[in-house]
Amino acid sequence: MTTATVTTPRSRSARETKVRFNSPLQRKDSRSAWLFIAPFGVFYLAFLLGPTIYMFVMSFFNTSTVHAGLGSFAGFANYAEMLSRPDFWSSLLHTLQFTLYTTPPLVILAFIFAVLTNRMNRGQWFYRLAFFLPFILPSATISLIWVFIFTPTTGLWAMVETWFGITPGSGVLSSPNTAMIGIAIATVWWTLGFNFVLYLAGLQEIPRELYEAAAVDGASAWEQIRFITIPQLGRTTALVVLLQIIASLKIFDQVYLMTSGGPGTSTQVLLQLITGTGFTDNRLGAASAASVLLFIVIIIVAIIRQLIGRAAARKEA
Amino acid sequence: MAMSDRAMTRRGFLAAGLGAAAVPLLAGCSSNLGNTVASGLFGARLPSETLVFWNLFGGGDGSRMETMEAGYRKKYGPNSLQATTFAWGNPYYTKVTLATVGNKPPDVAISHLTRAKPLWSGGLLEPITADDLSSVGLSPADFSPAPWKEQRTDGKNIAVPLDTHPIVMFFNTDVCRKAGLVDSDGKLKALDDMDAFESALAAISKVTGGVALTIPNVGGETATPWRVFWTFYNQNKAATPFLSDNGSKLTVDEDVFAKVNERLQSWVKKGWVNKALDYATAESYMFTGKSGLYLEGEWEITTAQSVKGLKFGMVPIPNLYDQPAAQADSHTFVLPRKDRTPQERHQAMLFIRSMLDQSMTWAKGGHIPAFQRVANSAAYKALEPQADYASAAKHAVYDDPAWYGGSGSTFEGIVGAELGLIQQLASTPQAAMQSIKDQLSVYLNTPSPL
Repeated sequence: MTTATVTTPRSRSARETKVRFNSPLQRKDSRSAWLFIAPFGVFYLAFLLGPTIYMFVMSFFNTSTVHAGLGSFAGFANYAEMLSRPDFWSSLLHTLQFTLYTTPPLVILAFIFAVLTNRMNRGQWFYRLAFFLPFILPSATISLIWVFIFTPTTGLWAMVETWFGITPGSGVLSSPNTAMIGIAIATVWWTLGFNFVLYLAGLQEIPRELYEAAAVDGASAWEQIRFITIPQLGRTTALVVLLQIIASLKIFDQVYLMTSGGPGTSTQVLLQLITGTGFTDNRLGAASAASVLLFIVIIIVAIIRQLIGRAAARKEA
Repeated sequence: MAMSDRAMTRRGFLAAGLGAAAVPLLAGCSSNLGNTVASGLFGARLPSETLVFWNLFGGGDGSRMETMEAGYRKKYGPNSLQATTFAWGNPYYTKVTLATVGNKPPDVAISHLTRAKPLWSGGLLEPITADDLSSVGLSPADFSPAPWKEQRTDGKNIAVPLDTHPIVMFFNTDVCRKAGLVDSDGKLKALDDMDAFESALAAISKVTGGVALTIPNVGGETATPWRVFWTFYNQNKAATPFLSDNGSKLTVDEDVFAKVNERLQSWVKKGWVNKALDYATAESYMFTGKSGLYLEGEWEITTAQSVKGLKFGMVPIPNLYDQPAAQADSHTFVLPRKDRTPQERHQAMLFIRSMLDQSMTWAKGGHIPAFQRVANSAAYKALEPQADYASAAKHAVYDDPAWYGGSGSTFEGIVGAELGLIQQLASTPQAAMQSIKDQLSVYLNTPSPL
């Protein structure tokens, strides 16, 4: 990606030197490159790649949290167990449900607000700040805020309900049917700002001349959005959708803090099942198997999205 | 030259900034907070005279524990103790486990007796020797026999019990007096046989015009249905352990299971027992006279005493079958696995002794003291209504040891939910048993990770 965008004169001269002293300098270059990567590489290896590989290995063993070593070999027993557990499937379903509830609003609302903000001539900084501010809050804070808002009968939500003549029920988070929606609302409010900023940056990259030309040709405001803004933001949208789906599949904090999976297990998500199995039941092996399964789900979803994106691009071309 | 000058200035600025940041950190190190911060950031050890104590007490228990901690600080100095309270239940035991595995455990931790056993079989606890006990003037005879016997595991002492907390029967004095069940000094008449108990339920039901006895069973409440079941189940002579071999065998006596639950369902059908109530509502029924009796752990005494104008009493759950029994657990002190100097070990024991000496404070929260010097004292015997149900500690039955068992555990969650459905008449005892077997099969067939 970076090599494609950087086409300044300096890079050309670098290419020239590369051609002139081909192999020795290249080797030297790559050696110093490795040296520069090393500090990050060590961390990457120690805290991401290493544990991931260890997780794959553990998933085939009866590894315990409290004992050293891998424990006895389990083969595919951990996977078989997870795939036959009803709570595994229900928490996977809840995870997908959450993804479905949050991804469309987070993409569409962020786009709308970014377009509107971009049209502001004055005070743009205020809207940028206002939309981005919640994103810098820790998950514990936003959970507290929304648990407070959703407090049955006395909370802000219930108060608004009474204004409209609705009798506030037992509370959004107390009913199995609405608890996930409540968490989704809190999440949308929280993370909207990130997508908003990405879109705003994308909007400011679009050359003004395009709009001016379109205006001269008599395109309405809606037509400008439809035929200039949306296609020009295609790459941003692709990025936002992918990031959003992955983030939603990894949902844990808000659920743990707002409902801890309840009422019953109606909002229990996969990562919660994994932490429960790994750190409460002390079964790291089984938890690893569940993690690998979630990993596979995320990869499948990412591939599907990639294929759809590619098909759409081909259709355009 | 000018360039390098500027660079130096910037570097100098950064260095000064770092220095400025380090000053409060270093300065802070001289204070207690600084020590805590330093030990958290750099793994430095707290000064050995500061004892780290973890517990899971909120509400009334939490404030009473703080009083007792203050008692310890008064004796050993203001910096002698760092006490931390965590969220109750699974999250707490997860933290104790991971901290011990990571070699950063507290010096002393609270654990339910039934949860200390899985910790012990995971190799996370240090046994408490006879020397440890005698070094602070304690001996096995100082503790009530039921919890002491229960904590003995593999021939070792794994925990020092602080209390026994059985499920008991709360009664609303006014309602029960109208039903003719209260004698002249405000005590509930003995109801220790099935006929007497059922006619009492009928009489109370007539007074309230509704239910006579409430048992919470919805709104995530799985513990109480389990406590009630385990009490009545163990009142039968034929009762066998629910789980055996550390949770690898299901050995519950299905006839007794059916008998106890069918009886409960018959009470629900007659309108004597509620179908579906959550914890707070079931309790408020008894407080407000909508029911006469309420089955719950004795710790609810704090809530009951805070209700203005409520006259209530507490008694052991009547023996309706062959022998008295009451589901119970104990709060205990455990020593997580850790490198300790003999002095640190002694200090940990001194802390436990200091807490036991203050058992009277603890007893005000309803828990029956395990420390016999307090339990047998005149002061405790004069404490009302605590003294009325203290005998329940003698007949305490604990949950069966299992790696997924104990108070607030996965086991209680699964079985308690099914028992709740039985009480709601949404499931038959047979169907519930089948569902319990299906759900437990994962755990029964999995080798213990401990």
